[in-house]
Amino acid sequence: MSKVRVLVGTRKGAFVLTSDGKREEWDVSGPHFAGWEIYHVKGSPVDRDRLYASQSSAWSGQVIQRSNDGGKTWGPVDNKFVYDGVAGTHQWYDGTPHPWEFKRVWHLEPSLTDPDTVYAGVEDAALFRTVDGGQSWQELNGLRAHGSGPRWQPGAGGMCLHTIILDPSDPNRIFIAISAAGAFRTDDAGKTWRPINKGLHSLYIPDPTAEVGHCVHHVAMHPSRPGVLFMQKHWDVMRSDDAGDSWHEVSGNLPTDFGFVIDVHAHEPETIYVVPIKSDAEHFVPDGKLRVYRSRTGGNEWEALTNGLPQTDCYVNVLRDAMAVDSLDKCGVYFGTSGGQVYASADAGDNWAPIVRDLPAVLSVEVQTLP
Amino acid sequence: MIRVALPGHLRTLANIDGEVKLEIAGEVTQRSVLDALEGVYPMLRGTIRDHVTQKRRPFLRFFACAEDLSHESPDVPLPAAVASGAEPFLILGAIAGG
Repeated sequence: MSKVRVLVGTRKGAFVLTSDGKREEWDVSGPHFAGWEIYHVKGSPVDRDRLYASQSSAWSGQVIQRSNDGGKTWGPVDNKFVYDGVAGTHQWYDGTPHPWEFKRVWHLEPSLTDPDTVYAGVEDAALFRTVDGGQSWQELNGLRAHGSGPRWQPGAGGMCLHTIILDPSDPNRIFIAISAAGAFRTDDAGKTWRPINKGLHSLYIPDPTAEVGHCVHHVAMHPSRPGVLFMQKHWDVMRSDDAGDSWHEVSGNLPTDFGFVIDVHAHEPETIYVVPIKSDAEHFVPDGKLRVYRSRTGGNEWEALTNGLPQTDCYVNVLRDAMAVDSLDKCGVYFGTSGGQVYASADAGDNWAPIVRDLPAVLSVEVQTLP
Repeated sequence: MIRVALPGHLRTLANIDGEVKLEIAGEVTQRSVLDALEGVYPMLRGTIRDHVTQKRRPFLRFFACAEDLSHESPDVPLPAAVASGAEPFLILGAIAGG
């Protein structure tokens, strides 16, 4: 029988949750790296026992951990993230130039073909890559060297590169997103990049349709349709049918179109999930109700999924990397909250149950489907 | 023999129990102690001082002999009691919440 392994990053450590294909009984392992912030843990799709974790703290900076046995044991690898060449400046919150300074790794994206190759999205925004299993990291400096770099500015959470999507049909194409610069695409394996923000409309920047400056919170893609992208922006849920060349809004009947997560069903490319959050000032679910919204039409028409989720007095947030799907026949959907709950649905969102209720605040959730 | 006491989370990272004992040839300074420490435990590189600037990370402090040496030059000799091993060189996390 197939198994699933849920990799959870929290404010105070990492947890590994495992279950069989029924996804009813769970084994909880952790905390790993107790006391450290774990922004992201992700496994290689080529070697599922090869995991990478981003471990950081305000005291001791960045550590990258690697496991070769599915998270049973870990060891630190290289943590030297040095910008290539002169780092330069970006905009600070007050609009003044500010030096690029490495703070942490937000997202680790293992290669689709090589377990030793991993991309790292960092704050201050840049893209790094290792090709030796984490023994060394090099910046793909074409992104930061894009002419718009000096105009990028941090969102409330910092100027982070938080989303990396590798196109399974084209090894030269990568999508990334930065808060608050926007989305970018390379078609030459990272040498050159271009902003893909046409159609985004953001009232919090002087020119709401500017080339860069949009606070993109997350982007999702179904691997069978790499030209179709779904985006949860600061406000607005967006869709692109041309690999990001243009976007249109699909917020439809959502109760609020602010939010962080967005994901796509493993087997239905037009079925997408978001968790609406009340507003940029009130980072919790609206009306005290934790509701996942599902669209089976690729956006615009949304239904609330509430079975098994708290519907009174709930005021949690769900952060941008804290939702994932498994690829079992009945697609499993998982998300973690700022209150430390990790919820799972073994039936594509119709019914939910907590795997764990009392972890530290959840920063990220990834899922591996194992044979 | 120089004695170095690390905060708990760095002992865990480096898989260290208790104090670290280091042999240092030449002058005993913050820099020579940290160079020796990182030589034995390379996973500590970047966690105590910045990889590039080699400056102390802002939320860590260096104490010895009941003195805060955090703002001393890294090339100033450490107290004789540290150099002799009578007193440890303390690396600890600042009280900054968390």
